[in-house]
Amino acid sequence: MQLTLWSYEGPPHIGAMRIAVSMEGVHLVLHAPQGDTYADLLFTMIERRGQRPPVTYTTFQARELGGDTAGLVKTTIQEAYDRFKPRVLMIGESCTAELIQDQPTALAQGMGLPVPVLPLELPAYTRKEGWGANETFYQLVRGLLKSRVPTPGAESEMRASGPRPKANLLGPTALGFRCRDDVVEVTRLLDSIGVDVNVIAPLGATPEDLLRIPEADINLCLYPEVADQACHWLERMFGQPTIKTVPIGIGATHDFIQEVGRALQLDLDATADPIWSRMPWYSRSVDSTYLTGKRVFIFGDATHVVASARIASEELGFKVVGLGTYAREFAREVRDAAKHYGVEPLITDDYLEVEKKVAELHPELVLGTQMERHIAKRLGVPCAVISAPVHIQDFPSRYAPQMGFEGANVIFDTWVHPLMMGLEEHLITMFREDFEFHDAATPSHLGSSATPGRSQPPPAEPAEGDGEAGETIMAWAPDAEQELKKIPFFVRGKARRNTERYAQEQGIQTITVETLYDAKAHFGR
Amino acid sequence: MSAVEAAAPDQVSVTCAGPEITRERGQRQVFCGLAGIVWLHRKIQDAFFLIVGSRTCAHLMQSAAGVMIFAEPRFATAILQERDLAGMADCNQELDRVAAEVLGRRPDIKTLFLVGSCPSEVIKLDLAKAAERLSDVYQGRVRVIDYSASGLETTFTQGEDACLKSLVPQMPQLPPESRSLLVVGTLPDVVEDQFARLFKDLGIGPVHFLPPRHATEFPPVGSGTSVLLAQPFVGETLRALVERGATLLKAPYPFGIEGTLAWLRAATDAWGISGETLESATAPAIARAEKALARQRELLAGKRISFLPDSQLEIPMARFLQRECGMELVEVATPFLDRQLMEAELPLLPQGLRLVEGQDVEHQLDRVRADRPDITVCGLGLANPLEAEGLCTKWSIELVFTPVHGFDQAADLAELFARPLVRGSLLKV
Repeated sequence: MQLTLWSYEGPPHIGAMRIAVSMEGVHLVLHAPQGDTYADLLFTMIERRGQRPPVTYTTFQARELGGDTAGLVKTTIQEAYDRFKPRVLMIGESCTAELIQDQPTALAQGMGLPVPVLPLELPAYTRKEGWGANETFYQLVRGLLKSRVPTPGAESEMRASGPRPKANLLGPTALGFRCRDDVVEVTRLLDSIGVDVNVIAPLGATPEDLLRIPEADINLCLYPEVADQACHWLERMFGQPTIKTVPIGIGATHDFIQEVGRALQLDLDATADPIWSRMPWYSRSVDSTYLTGKRVFIFGDATHVVASARIASEELGFKVVGLGTYAREFAREVRDAAKHYGVEPLITDDYLEVEKKVAELHPELVLGTQMERHIAKRLGVPCAVISAPVHIQDFPSRYAPQMGFEGANVIFDTWVHPLMMGLEEHLITMFREDFEFHDAATPSHLGSSATPGRSQPPPAEPAEGDGEAGETIMAWAPDAEQELKKIPFFVRGKARRNTERYAQEQGIQTITVETLYDAKAHFGR
Repeated sequence: MSAVEAAAPDQVSVTCAGPEITRERGQRQVFCGLAGIVWLHRKIQDAFFLIVGSRTCAHLMQSAAGVMIFAEPRFATAILQERDLAGMADCNQELDRVAAEVLGRRPDIKTLFLVGSCPSEVIKLDLAKAAERLSDVYQGRVRVIDYSASGLETTFTQGEDACLKSLVPQMPQLPPESRSLLVVGTLPDVVEDQFARLFKDLGIGPVHFLPPRHATEFPPVGSGTSVLLAQPFVGETLRALVERGATLLKAPYPFGIEGTLAWLRAATDAWGISGETLESATAPAIARAEKALARQRELLAGKRISFLPDSQLEIPMARFLQRECGMELVEVATPFLDRQLMEAELPLLPQGLRLVEGQDVEHQLDRVRADRPDITVCGLGLANPLEAEGLCTKWSIELVFTPVHGFDQAADLAELFARPLVRGSLLKV
């Protein structure tokens, strides 16, 4: 058993639902107990969809367990087919149904339905939502296209040779972070370099669209968490190259364009760059100087974390002090990035572990998911959301991509917004007794929510059991304690830690004002 | 599970008053009982709810609990792992470890609920035994109680019923010869205080509430206990109380002026208090409520309404909207109809009403589309899709999360139904 307060991912059948909801003409029958229909709310409320998810549940209850749950499965499948007439039917189980083993997939295949029936294996006790989406999309693509795989050696005859090369956009889904607008932005980006979009899938695609996937020259794996298996298979079976760079951030977008250009042998120098971003200038303008070296902690899915780390360090001049992901399947990418920034990677789906790490690192900004917002709120650290899981406010009405050049504009605004503005930061440091602009007040541009400030101290100072902190209880002289309070609050935690570390190294028992400044000189800031 | 079968033999006379009931079976679009934790953990302040289940249960809770995730939650899930299912780990040892972790993190907790889910029920994990064992371990510090809120056994508010029922054996014995009034069902604090004041004015007492605000303050129960139900979904709890000697005061539920007055009258009758006393004690509140309700009635009168099943609140709500707000009832569906608990409500419904127990969601939606009511009361999985079809909806979960009982909330309750209509006429986009 694993104690869980908040989980980063749902069970794998939620991933399967995300694929079904993304598409048209696909229906999912889920063998699940009464109550599991709560998942519909994710789509109708969080994403505000105006249609019910194309999902039929068996919703069995205790009284059915004694009887014929298998019969219930068959009736449900038949009724779902008769009512919705899907062109592809997917069959899966939720965690409880997995335990009673009715084999709904085998049952469905034996029913002689006149459409493809796709059985899904979704091991609910070992895998999670991201895996479920990835597996479902892969099975769907493979199931529909395996009969069309060209014999080895033969050139695929499906590739149409039009005047402009074509690309598939693979990976965007329902309930994906900003997928809706990323797709628009990437389409614009491709158009600017003379590339057409062939199929966008699964978001908005039909089963017929999936059959056209091999007609494209390349596949853009925009969300590897969803599409990497499918892309890999398409590459092997149809020889379609996969573009692996995810265009989030200015640098990554340029790399992405180059990678597409190389794969399609485009002369990119001849193409004017019609899309342009304000972000590089905003970041270079003097008002942004105070952003330099802001200490940032990044957590989320691997793709957004790796992209964010690059933006943070190369495009905004932040210092990445922590990096991690909840998606174990993509831990390698995050480990590599962590090595690049010289930090310890945090690979965990345990919310409490993330909380502990944030408390320990004292960042000035947290870039994370909905869960990190709770952590940041609790610890009084500014925070911006960069990755799923997200709540309703991160399915905005306005155009808000993360990818491409407009995405970079959005990211600049989003990340800088929670930070205190430069002048305010200076004034608070200079004059500390102002009754309104005291350092525990919310940044004034974020409104004066009656935050009682930091009166409740961050609770998550390393708990007992944290070996290192346990033994080093430093004594602070009262004047040193006073002096510490004069350090701006967003770096005070760091200063305290550095001073204590310095004192320990030097064998100092009681920290004085002198020790504080000695430590400051020693570590430089 | 059916309360019709479970009803005490002396209740058999509860038959055909009120409209005929149609039973429907099929796909059900409802929450499981775990959702009850979302409000129970706010009500019982020193309790912690530990769900023993799967990642799905954890996901449900955090999706349902919405913004409350900002606070340090008083609920969590012990997610079963492959090792637990394969028998490689001793589930009981695992549970002990997780419980220790929870109680270590929250030393202020006085009652720990082990909440069963579909997976834990299917693998037949004996939480009752675990609760007993853990109670021994933490004796004097934490009381450990178990109940099941799985979707297999409970629908939405029935989770509260299961929780309250698990508290009944913990309640101390009311000394013989003494009497008390016990109000059963979660009420918002402000409503609870209003009722407490009213009972005091009427000279009824002592009055206790179940659930209590603190799980350490259990009200006593015994043969002198008279029970008033504040919520229509606490049938199992009632029967457990009756087993301990309590008597049910039959009454409609305290929604609207009529319901609240009749509910109070059940208590005054039992206490032998005169009608004049009741009248004079309630007159100011009733006058106020009538005035406030008149405004909402103007908006609601003549409008047609359908209820999809959700919380068992449907029947008393429909009664209030029809009799006090002048609405026309098209269809009233409830997930579960406990005749004993609805005895005083059913005769107040119009004969010939389409009253449905259970659900087959696709067929029910077909009927909604054919009826085109002015308002459809439904869950959040259906609300936006129906709005997109041009049907005005009132999402039903709000009825459980808003103070709606009593005289002073009668207009607020009506306003909940009027609001979507008002909004519909306001918007020009």
